[in-house]
Amino acid sequence: MNETKPELNNDEVARYSRHLIMPEVGMDGQLKLKSASVLCIGAGGLGSPVAMYLAAAGVGRIGIVDFDVVDYSNLQRQVIHGTPDVGRSKIDSARDRLNAINPEVTVETHDVALSSENALELLANYDVIVDGTDNFPTRYLVNDACVILGKPNVYGSIFRFEGQASVFATKDGPCYRCLYPEPPPPGLVPSCAEGGVLGILPGVVGTIQATEAVKLIIGVGEPLVNRFMIYDALRMKFRELKLRKDPECPVCGETPTVTELIDYEQFCGITATVDDVSLEALDTTVKDLKTRIDGKDEVLVLDVREPQEFQICRIPGSTLIPLNDLPQRLAELEGYKDMVVHCKSGIRSAKAVKLLHEAGFSSAKNLRGGILAWIDEIDPSLPKY
Amino acid sequence: MANDVLIPTPLRVYADKQDVVQVEGNTVGELLQNLTVKYSDLKKHLYNEDGRLRSFVNIYLNDDDIRYLDKEATVVKDGDTISIVPSVAGGWDE
Repeated sequence: MNETKPELNNDEVARYSRHLIMPEVGMDGQLKLKSASVLCIGAGGLGSPVAMYLAAAGVGRIGIVDFDVVDYSNLQRQVIHGTPDVGRSKIDSARDRLNAINPEVTVETHDVALSSENALELLANYDVIVDGTDNFPTRYLVNDACVILGKPNVYGSIFRFEGQASVFATKDGPCYRCLYPEPPPPGLVPSCAEGGVLGILPGVVGTIQATEAVKLIIGVGEPLVNRFMIYDALRMKFRELKLRKDPECPVCGETPTVTELIDYEQFCGITATVDDVSLEALDTTVKDLKTRIDGKDEVLVLDVREPQEFQICRIPGSTLIPLNDLPQRLAELEGYKDMVVHCKSGIRSAKAVKLLHEAGFSSAKNLRGGILAWIDEIDPSLPKY
Repeated sequence: MANDVLIPTPLRVYADKQDVVQVEGNTVGELLQNLTVKYSDLKKHLYNEDGRLRSFVNIYLNDDDIRYLDKEATVVKDGDTISIVPSVAGGWDE
């Protein structure tokens, strides 16, 4: 918090009047917001509503960490960015939008990937941290850094049409590791890029996060501490589960074993294994595949994406068997001498190739870069998604 | 007696796309065993190779984490709801 006591100018009084006349906020609460600082990790689906509402609410200093560039596929849910922003850095686009919403607040942009090297220094400079990341290593990194620094971590997470929210790492409350001591092994849980997400969902979860951040700053109401909110948009249901601080938690427990930041990629098992390296030998390129198709080679092009993705674009002559169905449908592949397996970007198809080799289909090769590489290098007329 | 088991979105693909499944069992452990007999693909997502519940999947009896009750031996009563709550990473996009 700032040392000088802040005041509101006349423009700010007019701007925040609906807060000021409310006893729960009032002048005291609004001044607390003005002297507060919040760091949004990620300017994406969750970060968009969080940063926009916090700016509108008058949080004095808002930091944004992101290193990504705005893409067309972001616009369906990342409402802080607009169509003209495609191709710009997300932090530049977000800064402009926040300045337009409220020029009274200071926006600080951090064009970095959050890492064990920079996290403590970055987070230390803010009162509240809002986690809007999309991957397990960063989630555990943000959690541990928040516990070490004693900063509340306003957590939100989304998948398809289901969201989760909670407030972790407050003085007496649990942390993310109390709830989930370990991350899932890579590949067992699909990401948003693989599984999709209803565009409005981060709007609901992000506004819950923004609400909790504002409540923490003003010190009103009952924070979402010791509670885990689950929102199902399809059934339009909110459920609340009880959380407890785990006395044996390795980070926030009575005798913590993690007292400094660790290698989170390794913790989440994302470093390359021998398996991955040997899989690389099974790669093939889109140029190679095109030559073989043109030469009327008898090669089966196996598409392991979902039917919805197949509808958007496909490699001519390809056969669709979604990765999840593959184990039950191996019989359909009997008799094919050669096969090239592809998905959107090459991750699911690598799993499929591994599975096929284990099942005895030793000719199966993985199309490096997936259909995205095919579109880039062979047929740019196809739509990208 | 059968109880409702709420299947989370990421696991519905392994349970015939259903969000609620009715399963019988006297304890949470029995009930989950019966669930994975009914939907065998769920098994590797709930249990590790040693047959223990995975640490990124939490099981709730109504709104309580079974880790703070009697774990898998927690007795299930008529009308109780079991929730499977896995960790989900999503937020922005890759």
